[in-house]
Amino acid sequence: MAEGTRPILELVGVNKSYGDTQVLTDISFPIRSNEFITLLGPSGCGKTTTLRILAGFERPDSGDVLFEGASLLDVPPFKRRLNTVFQRYALFPHLDVFENVAFGLRLRKTPEAEVKARVAAALKTVDLDGYGKRWVDQLSGGQMQRVAIARAIVNGPEILLLDEPLGALDLKMRKEMQIELKDMQKRLGITFVYVTHDQEEALTMSDTVVVMREGVIQQVGSPTDVYNEPRNAFVADFIGESNILPARMEKDFEIAFAGHRFACVDRRRAEADVDVVVRPEDIVLAPPVEGGLNGVVTSVVFKGVHYEMIVECDGTEWMVHSTDQAAEGDRAALVFGPEDIHVMDRSPFSPDAHGILPADLAGRAARASADEGDPDR
Amino acid sequence: MRLRWLAYPYVLWTVVFTVAPLLLVAWFAFTAVQPDGSSAFTLDGFRSIVAGDRVPLDLLGLQEVFGLTVGVPLYVNVFVKSLQIALLSTLACLLFGYPAAYLLARRRARQRGGTDLLLLLFVIPMWMNALLRTYAWLALLEPNGIVNTVLAAVGLPKGQFLYNDFGIGLGMVYNYLPFMVLPIYSVLVKVDRSLVEAAEDLGADRRRVFTRVVLPLSMPGVMSGVNMVFMPAMTTFLIPNLLGGGRYMLIGNVIERQYMIARDWTTASALSIVLLVFVLASMRFMTRYEKGNEGGGVLL
Amino acid sequence: MKLGRAVRGSYLSLVFVFLYAPVAVLIVFSFNAAKSRSVWGGFTLEWYRKLFSNAEILSSLRVTLIVALLSAAIATLVATVTCIGLDGLTKRRRAVVMNLTYVPIVNPDLVTGISLMLLFVFLQLPLGFVTLLLAHVAFNIPYAILSILPKMKQLDRHLYEAALDLGAKPSQAIARVILPEIMPGVVTAMILTFTLSIDDFVISYFTSGASVSNLAITIYSMARKSVNPQINALSALMFLTVLVLLLVVNFRSNRDLGKTKEGRTR
Repeated sequence: MAEGTRPILELVGVNKSYGDTQVLTDISFPIRSNEFITLLGPSGCGKTTTLRILAGFERPDSGDVLFEGASLLDVPPFKRRLNTVFQRYALFPHLDVFENVAFGLRLRKTPEAEVKARVAAALKTVDLDGYGKRWVDQLSGGQMQRVAIARAIVNGPEILLLDEPLGALDLKMRKEMQIELKDMQKRLGITFVYVTHDQEEALTMSDTVVVMREGVIQQVGSPTDVYNEPRNAFVADFIGESNILPARMEKDFEIAFAGHRFACVDRRRAEADVDVVVRPEDIVLAPPVEGGLNGVVTSVVFKGVHYEMIVECDGTEWMVHSTDQAAEGDRAALVFGPEDIHVMDRSPFSPDAHGILPADLAGRAARASADEGDPDR
Repeated sequence: MRLRWLAYPYVLWTVVFTVAPLLLVAWFAFTAVQPDGSSAFTLDGFRSIVAGDRVPLDLLGLQEVFGLTVGVPLYVNVFVKSLQIALLSTLACLLFGYPAAYLLARRRARQRGGTDLLLLLFVIPMWMNALLRTYAWLALLEPNGIVNTVLAAVGLPKGQFLYNDFGIGLGMVYNYLPFMVLPIYSVLVKVDRSLVEAAEDLGADRRRVFTRVVLPLSMPGVMSGVNMVFMPAMTTFLIPNLLGGGRYMLIGNVIERQYMIARDWTTASALSIVLLVFVLASMRFMTRYEKGNEGGGVLL
Repeated sequence: MKLGRAVRGSYLSLVFVFLYAPVAVLIVFSFNAAKSRSVWGGFTLEWYRKLFSNAEILSSLRVTLIVALLSAAIATLVATVTCIGLDGLTKRRRAVVMNLTYVPIVNPDLVTGISLMLLFVFLQLPLGFVTLLLAHVAFNIPYAILSILPKMKQLDRHLYEAALDLGAKPSQAIARVILPEIMPGVVTAMILTFTLSIDDFVISYFTSGASVSNLAITIYSMARKSVNPQINALSALMFLTVLVLLLVVNFRSNRDLGKTKEGRTR
């Protein structure tokens, strides 16, 4: 991660609402020079609005956007030194590929020879040599995507904003473009601010991931951070498959959930009521043992590389990924180590506590989650 | 887009040229110019509508057949008469126009792509000045006109076609027929062929395919066609003035004369308001049934 | 089945005879040497010659054309600007503006004409060329808006932002991106409003006063006075003009259709 490099762009306490709907609440995070930063979240989480505020298409109700320390708010979009790759490309249908890419240069009255050279170079960068005379409606989705990127980078922006640029492509194309984009970002040495709802895409490409939900930042961190140390149940659930359970931690290195006590690697926190996440690939199925977390395999689905199995223990369904196949109806014990138990603060997204905690803890946990819970839910 | 201010001049324009004029009609309807030049509130305009000279109610000659005479105020009689003529013309347009629209749509369904030349031919007369179209009928229908010449040539008695209900109705049907055909056509060409096939598959014969599937689906077109014919037919003053020889009174030319010749603006404005309210209310009544229909109203 | 086709064919033929007979009669009798609307007296071009030396008709033709051109241009300009702005309004406000836009279309011409006349009287504008032009602009704008708005709705709103993003000022973004994209709608609006203006009689009748008259008003007063074959000649010419205009428009739209179908290659 690009720790230590200077922030080139920074959002400070940004709020935005449309009418009565608050779409962004107190959004603050830095964007460092040359990093690949991804805004990740489900649709309606405010990630695109954040990007549009950076581009200058929307003005925040309060808060500031700083570019190298100076406020950008009163700089109109056409004077900002950043360019956008739009969700549906927004290529100009009345212009051919060459003129689309040359659009920004022509506005700046660039000499014709330079326009030709720079457009050719940009088209080469995106692997579209010789496509200059095509009309945009003759291009495939992937090609339009490349033209959109060429049109943006030809202007030499310091920051490139990308709004779900791969959303309209098929899976195979998307995978290829992910690698290519990451590669391009390294080669060009410019900052990419990338918006997506695809957690896998975010983890693959980013240096930093900003996880958002309903206009609020849930976590900012490197892909490994947000995967291994999700801050709350929402992040854990959104990033990857996971088993999330309410838990209680009375002392250091010991935690209680699913009716059992486990050793863990965390110290006790301010609040005893917490959530835990156990990733399905960290769980091993073993023969049932006395006093262990025993259950019945209720479903087995082959996923290509591994089997996805559902194991029911005392009314709770656990998801387990394993290359070893079990049969439906098998009895098995779930086994995982202390380092596989990731402890998170309780949050409005915490699962319902009933019947999962040891009996004496359930009541208190339920009360705790009710107190913290979002009244809307 | 932050270009919304570009729409503001037009908002001002509509206030001056759409809202204000209509308010002025209302204002004139409720005021009368006094001898000293000032305006004063009055209900005379509306009073003269409901309390004018009594004349026998004209029911397209039927009152003579049944021997009843009902005395109604002059303006009410004109209004009732206009309504009868407009409704009959609308009905005639529907009866003659629906089959034409149906046949044109069938042709269209068979030849894919391009513009149907026949449809274009159908549209062309509509783009000619209504005045000239009406004038043309004057030449055909006058006492020594071509129609009568042809009738005489084949040994039939000459007819009186002008200056009566028939002439006016014919003028309306001729002028407004395309307004009925086009909306129905544009709905019919969009009727999914597979719906017809589904109905046939379910055992409907051709008559029932039409009555159970095609006709109900084309109702939005019929409704907007009826609207587009009825409204101008109810308000025209050109047709009665040209084909009526200056003696035939419908609400449209009565209002026109009140404004331009009699210069009784109070009564004329009151009549306009009554007419406008009536027309808009009947339109509202019809469009109640065509929800979200975008098929109608196609002119070109 | 054969019989059915014959019936269908002849029904359509009858409808077309009904539609075109009066037009045909008008045109044929424009070449009639006798000054009658029904008796043929030999071929002549006399009426056309008279038509082109009839000062009243020529001046009203000029008025018609000037009013049509100006009102079409003004209405299209206002409508284009308005449509670009409408897109940015909130839904509620846009609905209000659109409802106001529909009023002149829904209103009977008679009421529109009268209400505009009353407006001009109220504003103490003497009825004449200016009021005639204003009235034509007023009834043309809604049709122009309805021609352009669909194009504006099809327009990807991100195109404007993309232009700004690439460094275009708002005025440049409008000129270089929005206008080229909505051009077909703008052209349609021009042609439609021009035709509507030429075709209008009712609204002109109420708003032009005694000093100015356009073709429609001149024809109306001539037609009420006496038989005048010059009207026939004029009708024939106008019919021809409309025919040509419509064929051009139709050809244009067919060509556009073909262009997108075949794919554009340079």
